[in-house]
Amino acid sequence: MFRIHCPHCQEVRSEEEFSYAGEAHIPRPADPSSLSDAEWGEYLHTRTNPRGPHREMWVHTAGCRRYFNVLRDTVSYEILAVYRVGEMPPERGEA
Amino acid sequence: MRGAEPRRMERYSLLGLVRHARHYHENWQRAWRNPEPKKSYDTVIVGGGGHGLATAYYLAKVHGVTDVAVVEKGWLGGGNTGRNTTIVRSNYLRDESSHLYEYSLKLWEGLSQELNFNVMFSPRGVLNLGHTLQEMRDIERRVGANRLNGIEAQVLDPGEINKLVPLMNCAPDSRYPVLGASWQARGGIARHDAVAWGYARSADAHGVDLLQNTEVTGIRCRNGVATGVDTSRGFIAARKVACVAAGNSGVLAAMAGLRLPIESRPLQALVSEPIKPCLDTVVMSNAVHCYISQADKGDLVIGAGTDSYNGYGQRGSFSIIEHTLQAVCELFPAFSRVRMNRHWGGIVDICPDACPIIGETPVRGLYFNCGWGTGGFKATPGSGYVFADTLAHGRPHPLAAPFSLDRFATGALVDEHGAAGVAH
Repeated sequence: MFRIHCPHCQEVRSEEEFSYAGEAHIPRPADPSSLSDAEWGEYLHTRTNPRGPHREMWVHTAGCRRYFNVLRDTVSYEILAVYRVGEMPPERGEA
Repeated sequence: MRGAEPRRMERYSLLGLVRHARHYHENWQRAWRNPEPKKSYDTVIVGGGGHGLATAYYLAKVHGVTDVAVVEKGWLGGGNTGRNTTIVRSNYLRDESSHLYEYSLKLWEGLSQELNFNVMFSPRGVLNLGHTLQEMRDIERRVGANRLNGIEAQVLDPGEINKLVPLMNCAPDSRYPVLGASWQARGGIARHDAVAWGYARSADAHGVDLLQNTEVTGIRCRNGVATGVDTSRGFIAARKVACVAAGNSGVLAAMAGLRLPIESRPLQALVSEPIKPCLDTVVMSNAVHCYISQADKGDLVIGAGTDSYNGYGQRGSFSIIEHTLQAVCELFPAFSRVRMNRHWGGIVDICPDACPIIGETPVRGLYFNCGWGTGGFKATPGSGYVFADTLAHGRPHPLAAPFSLDRFATGALVDEHGAAGVAH
């Protein structure tokens, strides 16, 4: 059971208030029609799925309903960083 | 025991049991060898769970490919094979998947005889409950599709369900009333460990090397062709590398520089203390989300949902347990005072269309059989059979062809979220 700090509400709340929204930092291609089927399929479906630090999006469903990013270890489940959409995770980064 | 010749497998039988009883059961043949790895093999299978062992067995038995090693980082069947809720059924919606799972179910029906190992397959029937009108429409559609594919299935009303499962609360005034169910009488459960052990023993007898406590640390490729695997016991060269590692498929793919359309998540299950026989079918409910059966030794085996987030820790979150047990108590008020003995998680590999990926990757000679998500156990024999055929011939088995990796580029997904939605 996580206790997640919502960077918008500035409060630590229980996991049940939040929903997971998948891997972060996957920009929608600027010009989808110029992509090949393989590239578009990769954008839609392929994920990094790391064993270790993972950059992911969460939404505070039962709170402010806003999205934010989390850097979380997928083995220890430790939340390493919480940061806003549009920002990059502080220092340690690659996921 | 390096180089020990595959020996004649002792046949398990009633007569053998009596004969061994005379010697106080002290001289049973060991079930499989524990060989040293050879320098190279024709095929190295990464992952010694049910699917990997079944692949090895069918490669040796059906295709005569016996120069095979199964590399397993822990013990045989210690991953999802030993962690699932053992439900076997084939009532899937789409033609592609129902053909595959039905092929598997037919193999289940003769598996104990084929392997000379009692896998305790118990076709006790599977109920998939509907709690809303829309669910009932979906169930009728799925049962219709099953029948068109030659898979016997029925729609039951609450009265018929209550006759099958008297303990279930089918009252119309319950919070999520049971409106009906699909019923596949040929579905059931099996003994998960026995499936791994049975395949392991028979594969070993055919000359397959089972390398336990051997972790793959790298996959070597040269010019886009796989050449072998680095392991904790040294490099093992192979003409073909076949990865059957469920939740860790993404990790293995990364070793070869690939990314897969897969996310790994914990799926958890619980067992209760043993109680007297009271539930002789499998009950699954999508809407309230639980599935439950009673094992032969009396404990209730309860399956929960996956965690919503990626994870490799083999444990699940408590909120999921709470929701699942709420659902169980809603359906079976009599179980509200049964105590749970253990709970655990297995890491399942979820594909966007809830269907597996079977076949060769862009790296030549590197094959994956993964993405079985929450319901791979039922497919164990069929998965092994079609994957072995795919490996032996270097082209997809007809039943595996729709499940190639390139469907995520072509868009020909096999959308099974409906039938696979409640995990298994």
